[in-house]
Amino acid sequence: MAIKERMSGNEAVAYAIRQVNPDVMPAFPITPSTEIPQMVSTYIANGEMDTEFIPVESEHSSMSAAIGAEAAGARSLTATSSAGLALMWEELLLAASNRMPLALTLVNRTLSGPININCDHSDGMGARDTGWIQIYAENNQEAYDNFIQAYPIAEDARVHLPIMVCQDGFITSHAVENIELLEDELVKDFVGEYEPEEYLLNPGKPIAVGPYSISNYAMEAKKNQEIALENSKEVILEVAEKFKKLSGRGFGLFEEYRTEDADYIMLLMGSAAGTAKQAVDEMREQGKKVGVLKLRVFRPFPAKEIAEALKNCKAVAILDRCESYNGNGGPLGSEVTAGLFRYKVMIEAVNYIYGLAGRDFTVSDAVHVFEELADAVENGKEVEQFQYIRLR
Amino acid sequence: MSDYSLKNIMNKPERLAPGHRMCAGCGATIAVRAVLRALHEDDHAVIGNATGCLEVSSFMYPYTAWEDSYIHNAFENAGATLSGVETAYNALKKRGKLPEDETFKFITFGGDGGTYDIGFQSLSGAMERGHDMVYVCYDNGAYMNTGIQRSSATPMYADTTTTPVGKQSDGKMQNRKDLASIIADHDVAYVGQTTFTSDFKDLHSKANKAIYTEGPCFLNIMTPCPRGWRYDTPDIMKICKLAIDTCYWPMFEVDHGKWKLTYEPKKKLPIEDFLRPQGRFKHLFKKGNEDLIVQFQEEVDRRWEDLLYKCAR
Repeated sequence: MAIKERMSGNEAVAYAIRQVNPDVMPAFPITPSTEIPQMVSTYIANGEMDTEFIPVESEHSSMSAAIGAEAAGARSLTATSSAGLALMWEELLLAASNRMPLALTLVNRTLSGPININCDHSDGMGARDTGWIQIYAENNQEAYDNFIQAYPIAEDARVHLPIMVCQDGFITSHAVENIELLEDELVKDFVGEYEPEEYLLNPGKPIAVGPYSISNYAMEAKKNQEIALENSKEVILEVAEKFKKLSGRGFGLFEEYRTEDADYIMLLMGSAAGTAKQAVDEMREQGKKVGVLKLRVFRPFPAKEIAEALKNCKAVAILDRCESYNGNGGPLGSEVTAGLFRYKVMIEAVNYIYGLAGRDFTVSDAVHVFEELADAVENGKEVEQFQYIRLR
Repeated sequence: MSDYSLKNIMNKPERLAPGHRMCAGCGATIAVRAVLRALHEDDHAVIGNATGCLEVSSFMYPYTAWEDSYIHNAFENAGATLSGVETAYNALKKRGKLPEDETFKFITFGGDGGTYDIGFQSLSGAMERGHDMVYVCYDNGAYMNTGIQRSSATPMYADTTTTPVGKQSDGKMQNRKDLASIIADHDVAYVGQTTFTSDFKDLHSKANKAIYTEGPCFLNIMTPCPRGWRYDTPDIMKICKLAIDTCYWPMFEVDHGKWKLTYEPKKKLPIEDFLRPQGRFKHLFKKGNEDLIVQFQEEVDRRWEDLLYKCAR
């Protein structure tokens, strides 16, 4: 029987960590993810879990220690946000290239400067090419569910890559909502024991990790890593299928909300999807054919699947909660339009930047975006292809 | 250590295999082999390594010279990485996932660049948290792997590629950081500063203590680099002897807070004797630079007196 509770996103993820009870967790405090290591420390202090917690002196060291622990044969994880992830950047690359299936629970927060503690996706997007699997949550329930699926995805022999489970800072991490939790035993069985094939602490079978590699070998190592990331797509779907049997809650690479006959689709990630869905419901009542494509898996990027999902609509609004300073749009804007072009889906595609550093995104903002798409398609209005929402 | 014999310890199986790509006469490999000889033969080890000459020359895919498990992560995080490995050992032991009768020791090596400079925070954190591990700094006094750039371990007036001697420059302007003292002030279990002596007893004894003393331990080993120091390669043992007899590189230990000198020269030699054979100090012997040597001597004397005071002599 599912346990009905009320929790914040941070509480939900800390609860999932207690249930999984990994071997080692190094962490360093940073708003808004700090609560997660705090809550884990409290669980440990009260004897409710027995993970070894390392209170490191920086996020660079938390990821370094997590890599050391994972290489040693221990299931490891850490938590961070914003500048913490930026400081880890070098180590994110090493976790992935050394094929360490460790987990990072990221509570998305903007990057400095100016310094600001509120939500946008610039931290996660800044790490988008580090070789990690990245899964984004809309709410506390998804943050919980995604974390429970994390190790079965990362540790799969076809994958062996680190996984970043993301939720929106404050909006999800600190807001308390209803949630359905699974029993401890079910989670334990679902996640299983970590049984690495090769690890540092295997007596009589020493291994060496982190070589210098000359050009004759390094390119193949990088391609193998890329193949593993591609493989993770089917593993993510397999794990989601198993998780659905356990929980009744289904997940894909993305969620399509009322898109089957939609002329206009809004594509976005994270908590703002809830706002967009509300706008869709209101507009549907007025007979407008609108829908939402909520991207869950950003890495590996499901370009082909997105193109397939968008091919019958007239226009898509691609919403980025991140400025990428390339002078051409946000990260989702660039990747989605590249995917549409590759798969020859030639529809109107407008890239909007919203919600930077915690700026609100409301139902009326979403309605306005849908109306602008319709105006462009139906009345031939020229729409700026790359624009900001609610910029003062 | 009373039954110490160089011949006996040299007969132990090597844990760093030949065939690595370090330079002939490199001090770093001598230090590594000497430290690993202090491991009990039946004990396993996980070796950590900061990026540097040692790492890029000993583990070049698909070959490794290391007989024990080994992990290189990056330049600045050997301390943190090994603290993760050591914590994993505790976690897996606690959960019965490792055989009870197997013992692992944790030893990490870093050059002075990776230890005094870029890896300083990571080292400090690992020492402060009290992990049961040994951090070994092989101190050759510059970034040798990238081509002899100054570090905070470089002695004053050394000619390096980022402190080149020229019309307006006498080489490095600052004195070297005293890292062994700084780590001792972390209140760690054991700190030893040493180098190569003819019988290797001092190094062996300190490595043995560091490996088998519970808690965080630090070894600072002076490892001459023939390329960077520009002395005649076969003279490495003479250089080390001059370093300890001039008191440029004092050998001491701090065992649970207790400072102890482990070598005192019968006759303290003038610093010129250490500086003269090295090309990096050649300019100090030019006419008109006598005062630079005087200053160098004063700094050596000041530090030596300070050490004698700490050792309550």
